[in-house]
Amino acid sequence: MAAFKGGIHPSPNKKLTSEKGFSNLSIPHIVNIPLKQHSGNPAIPVVKAGDSVYESQLIGKADGLISANIHSSVPGKVMEIADSGFIVIETDGRFPSSGKTQNKIPWQDFNKETLISRISAAGITCMNGDSFPAAVKLSLQKDQKVDCLIINCIESEPYLTTNDILIKTYPEEIIEGIRIVLKILGTGNAYIGIEKNKSHTIDALEKQIGKNSLKENIKIFPFKTKYPQGAEKPLIRSILKKEVPSGKLSIDIGIIVLDVSTVFAIREACVLNKPLFERFVTVTGKIINKPGNYKIRIGTRITDIIEECGGLKENPVKIIIGGPMCGTSVADLDTPVQKGTAGIIFLSKKDTAGLPQKNYGPCIRCGRCVTACPSRLIPTELGSAILNSQYNLALKMNIFDCIMCGSCSYVCPANRPISSIIKTAMGKMREQKSA
Amino acid sequence: MIETQKSLTDLIVTETPHIKDNQSIKKIMRFVILALIPSNMYAVYLFGIDALIILCVSVLSAAAAEALFQLFLKKPLSLFDGSAVITGLLVAMNVPAGLPVWIVIVGSFFSIIIIKQLFGGLGFNIFNPALAGLAFINAFWPVEMTTKVGNITQTIANEWPLYNISFGPFFTGNINGYPGEASIFLLLAGTVFLLINKIINWHIPAAFIGTTAIFMLLYYAVTEFAYPVAGTLMQLFSGGFLICALFMATDTVTSPITRKGMIIFGIGCGLLTSIIRLWSDSGAVCFAVLIMNATVPMIDRYTRPRVFGR
Repeated sequence: MAAFKGGIHPSPNKKLTSEKGFSNLSIPHIVNIPLKQHSGNPAIPVVKAGDSVYESQLIGKADGLISANIHSSVPGKVMEIADSGFIVIETDGRFPSSGKTQNKIPWQDFNKETLISRISAAGITCMNGDSFPAAVKLSLQKDQKVDCLIINCIESEPYLTTNDILIKTYPEEIIEGIRIVLKILGTGNAYIGIEKNKSHTIDALEKQIGKNSLKENIKIFPFKTKYPQGAEKPLIRSILKKEVPSGKLSIDIGIIVLDVSTVFAIREACVLNKPLFERFVTVTGKIINKPGNYKIRIGTRITDIIEECGGLKENPVKIIIGGPMCGTSVADLDTPVQKGTAGIIFLSKKDTAGLPQKNYGPCIRCGRCVTACPSRLIPTELGSAILNSQYNLALKMNIFDCIMCGSCSYVCPANRPISSIIKTAMGKMREQKSA
Repeated sequence: MIETQKSLTDLIVTETPHIKDNQSIKKIMRFVILALIPSNMYAVYLFGIDALIILCVSVLSAAAAEALFQLFLKKPLSLFDGSAVITGLLVAMNVPAGLPVWIVIVGSFFSIIIIKQLFGGLGFNIFNPALAGLAFINAFWPVEMTTKVGNITQTIANEWPLYNISFGPFFTGNINGYPGEASIFLLLAGTVFLLINKIINWHIPAAFIGTTAIFMLLYYAVTEFAYPVAGTLMQLFSGGFLICALFMATDTVTSPITRKGMIIFGIGCGLLTSIIRLWSDSGAVCFAVLIMNATVPMIDRYTRPRVFGR
């Protein structure tokens, strides 16, 4: 299958966890639950210090149109509501939902408004990347129409394996989730984008599609492994041969892209009435003793995760939340797992060889960044324009079409931090525009 | 096992990405040097001590020029990126083995100081330093460049059967060409090595060589020359053509950045080379590529790819 132009092939490093099924991480004695785990306004706390909470209880209420509910991931006592926007809960008491099989709710009887309100109540956000509230994404405006839904099963970021394991473990649930979303959107077409080399995963999905006789509606598109195949625009280009026009959103051309883990969470909200308070996370890296795919409660701190995963073999130089190409590096070990945390990666000095890109050399115009750029920009010239403070030139060179995939920085032999330069300038220019 | 809480103080927080491929400028330059070494060794084998002296002097003077300039201006030394060594090697490959040593030194200094460093150093030069140095030598010492061919010390049993369509000598090196192109085979081998390791792209050499070949064939056909194919091959295998097309026109700094631009650049080089060669004098390849070097910013500007979604 022809993919998009450009892209890179970083070493996948997925073997560390790709054969490991999900296991539960034990419940930590303390969780730090952020009130803002989504784009938009932070949630407003509806509990106060000293309150007893039960697992899955609403503790933060969505504020305004673009926001999301926050639920307690453990039963216990609210210790504090920190000014930095965290609710700290100390675990105690019983677990009402754990270990019990729940009755399935017949979602087929619900209309689309009810389904959306359930998703909204459960605080589901897109669980990779932008963390946009799912209910808002699925509530269409009057002039919007969706022709097709794209399910993003691609994990083009190195190290991460949760999506792969998720589909392999729960193919039936995923297909049910897709059916729910299709009902909400009022369309019959869903396309699944997935990597070619995940043949078992594809088989599992195909079996379920056949079983539900949905072959007409749900089609699987296998792609060669390439980064950033999992980014929205390249994915749409690869599946539909359509390019999202510059400055527009995918919905403007009638497409909605959902991450497969989001679909899974949507299904749990609609069928089991379960809010999003735990998620699957790939905890990995060559230097952690027990890498694996774990079900982790939202708010679990990195320090507890390290302990649960058998500690570290050597000191990491970087801890990454998300993937190594687009994720955030953190230094605070109290940083908690959030709704959008697909992975926690511990990188040693060797894993990050060549970084940070401090003493970079001159551009030798080798064109590697040009070949790698999925947006077909000239990253090096764009970077130089910004370094020379020529922001108008940068605008002319279509700086805002950058999808911030980091491929240019990854391939640069002069070790120039091109993508970081562009990203910073985009932020600055947006600020100036709005000011 | 590491104590977690306290000892994790050396954590680094940076922008994305958090991983990097293992390519570097040094590595690229090292590959180019490696690709050039067999040809140079063969040249030394064929032309003996003369070629060895030229080679050493050329490389050392290029390196010295770079170091002296940077020391003089108190700039950080960039000698170890290897680019000056490449310039030295390329100059040595393209001058006759009997050329007086001082001319080589002047050429190397001109390359490095005037063409490279005064324009801002690696990455900022408009013209390929080695080519500009050679043009400089050609312009000031044309007689020496054509007469001091040096003595071939090794004889390889091959006569020079010009129109016999026997091109053995070109591959084994028994022609009065520049030392560096004594063996076409080794030049091509070096190129394949660079292509496999993705140091250069095929676009420029293919367009350059292809255009020249087609132009020459057409010319010989129109002028009803008796051996059009042999004549064309001779054009390609002599006068420093292949060294230039394979190793100098592909210099990333002085060639376009887009694939489309590279092809246009290659075609331009081919056309100019053919025209200068057929209707003018020596040094054709050198001047053709230098002229095209000057057009690179323009080519880049008009070959920008269509941005995604626009």
